Amino acid sequence: MDRMPKWADVLLIPLINLLIAFALSGLVILAIGKDPVVALQTMVQGSFGSTNGIGYTLYYTTNFIFTGLAVAIAFHARLFNIGGEGQAALGGLGVALVCLSIQWPHWLIALPAAMVGGAVFGAAWAFIPAYLQAKRGSHIVITTIMFNFIAAALMGYLLVEVIKAPGSMASETSPFPPGASLPTFHEMLAPLGIEFNRNTPANVSFLVALACLVFFWALVWRTRLGYEIRAFGQSESAAIYAGINPVKITVIAMLISGAFAGLMAINNVMGEAERLILNSVEGAGFIGIAVALMGRSHPVGILLAALLFGFLYQGGAELSLWENIPRELVIVIQALVILLTGALDGMVRGPVEKLFAKRKPA
Amino acid sequence: MDFLTIIQILDSTMRLATPLLLACLAGLFSERAGIFDIGLEGKMLAAAFLSAAVAAATGSVWLGFLAGVGASISLALIHGLASITFRGDQLISGVAINFLAAGLTVIVGQSWFGLGGRTPSLAGDARFNPLEWPLAETLADIPVAGPLYAELISGHSILVYVALLAVPTSWYILFRTRFGLRLRAVGENPGAVDTAGISVVRLRFTAVIICGLLCGIAGAYLATGLAAGFVKDMTAGRGFIALAALIFAKWRPWHALYACLLFGFLEAIGNRYQSIELAGFILPVQFMQALPYILTVVILAGFVGKAIPPRAGGAPYVKER
Repeated sequence: MDRMPKWADVLLIPLINLLIAFALSGLVILAIGKDPVVALQTMVQGSFGSTNGIGYTLYYTTNFIFTGLAVAIAFHARLFNIGGEGQAALGGLGVALVCLSIQWPHWLIALPAAMVGGAVFGAAWAFIPAYLQAKRGSHIVITTIMFNFIAAALMGYLLVEVIKAPGSMASETSPFPPGASLPTFHEMLAPLGIEFNRNTPANVSFLVALACLVFFWALVWRTRLGYEIRAFGQSESAAIYAGINPVKITVIAMLISGAFAGLMAINNVMGEAERLILNSVEGAGFIGIAVALMGRSHPVGILLAALLFGFLYQGGAELSLWENIPRELVIVIQALVILLTGALDGMVRGPVEKLFAKRKPA
Repeated sequence: MDFLTIIQILDSTMRLATPLLLACLAGLFSERAGIFDIGLEGKMLAAAFLSAAVAAATGSVWLGFLAGVGASISLALIHGLASITFRGDQLISGVAINFLAAGLTVIVGQSWFGLGGRTPSLAGDARFNPLEWPLAETLADIPVAGPLYAELISGHSILVYVALLAVPTSWYILFRTRFGLRLRAVGENPGAVDTAGISVVRLRFTAVIICGLLCGIAGAYLATGLAAGFVKDMTAGRGFIALAALIFAKWRPWHALYACLLFGFLEAIGNRYQSIELAGFILPVQFMQALPYILTVVILAGFVGKAIPPRAGGAPYVKER
């Protein structure tokens, strides 16, 4: 049945895709008259060469784990949630409202409350597209795209007109109270005697993201709900025949998806900015698509893919700083990864399958 | 609100509806042939950049136009390769194309012009300038009809008229020619088309190329007609509004015109007024920006007439062996 060994499917193909994406990006760098090798060195040095760089890399990684999980859980139910961007923006609103509601005595109390706030708001923003898909058959891809734009308009309105800090020029809320300030890697590692740069935004949310990866694995492969989601994703008609309610599974999968996206806000809003600003998500919702595709919707893959994109993001910032290559290069790499792993999968898979078939005649 | 203001808003509606209309018709051809395309935005963006870049370099807007259309068709071919030849996911391919265009336009633009992703401003022959219709000056003084003629009908760039002409042309091609019948059939039931001995792959590729062509014109208009040069991310979601208009129009050319005029009108109003007071309520400008998307969700939800996409849309065709 299987035309090639499992390791080739989960490791070899993504690696080949990644190599092609990097090779093409290298050509882009050559085409604009820069040296791809120097560019790669700058990126590696900038993202892993110092605790400052590592801090930023892990900060971005944290964002991408959350949005990657959001896209992945929907993929398991064969739903394509492009709305992570909007759901994460609304999650930011939830986190901000929680953080600004009272003078939090300690972050250990504020964090769970903020997580609930972010998850609930993110899930709520995913609910309407989910419900419309399940009940009215409106295509979830289109509705989630529309909801991204509606979210952008809504957040713009709220930040300019409603929750803007009084007397502030910028469209942002007041800073969160000190009790809602999350410990950074510097504060967490200092008691252990490890010196970590104090200016990086990496914070305790990274550990929450890792916990979410484990939670995701347990949910999808070790619970009845996860089984139902996967069964629904594999074959809707078979799932219905087995007594699985398609409306319920669609809505629940999207609620979990929106909640993961919303949770991202504990990192970028609560952990880094410590107030809600305009356009706080900065495209992380879309990177989740690339992360989930590359990570094959599996937690280990998502962690690795999120790390890769964290590296690309931080490395890309260094590139624009030192090499005068715009950080949009990362968007090109992201596009190539999505194209190759998501849409042009057959292009690589076909020849590789043939190769294995030749070596091992069935 | 006086008469002249209304004319001005309608005039600006025409200009703003043009790129939407062209992109919407582009999506119409593609989706009617069963190829979903959420990469309209990226194709427009690439065309906008290259048309402005080549026009700036050569001083000829027509060379720029050709380059822009070429860029858009290249991206359309990538989409075709992914979704027709390799039977990949059409939605994912569209997402990738949007990012590809967003990234490449800035990188190449920075490398060529060093202006942070902008192209130099275009002037003279490097732009599509307004066409003055005969007697527009003379007739402008006639009350009502004069300004209507001089402002609203005359004085747009040629691509505005191209877009308007594209509506009956698209309708004719799709609903009155053999090619159109086959194209629609391939979006509903490709198996039947294949049985009739017609190549599904060739038909779908043709549709995708037409889509690229129209998106290219839309992008070229944005950078060389509506604006005078390219700026980073200048499509600003127009590809998605066009997609919304396509659903709003339920995949029909004339309705696409009405939908795009409506959305163009909303944008024109939003550009002109910061907020609008309507029956005691103050509508913020953000609401106007979000309205096309909200309307589309309502239409999609089927509360106001159901929007049913072409049946074979999004599914790659696998020939029987």
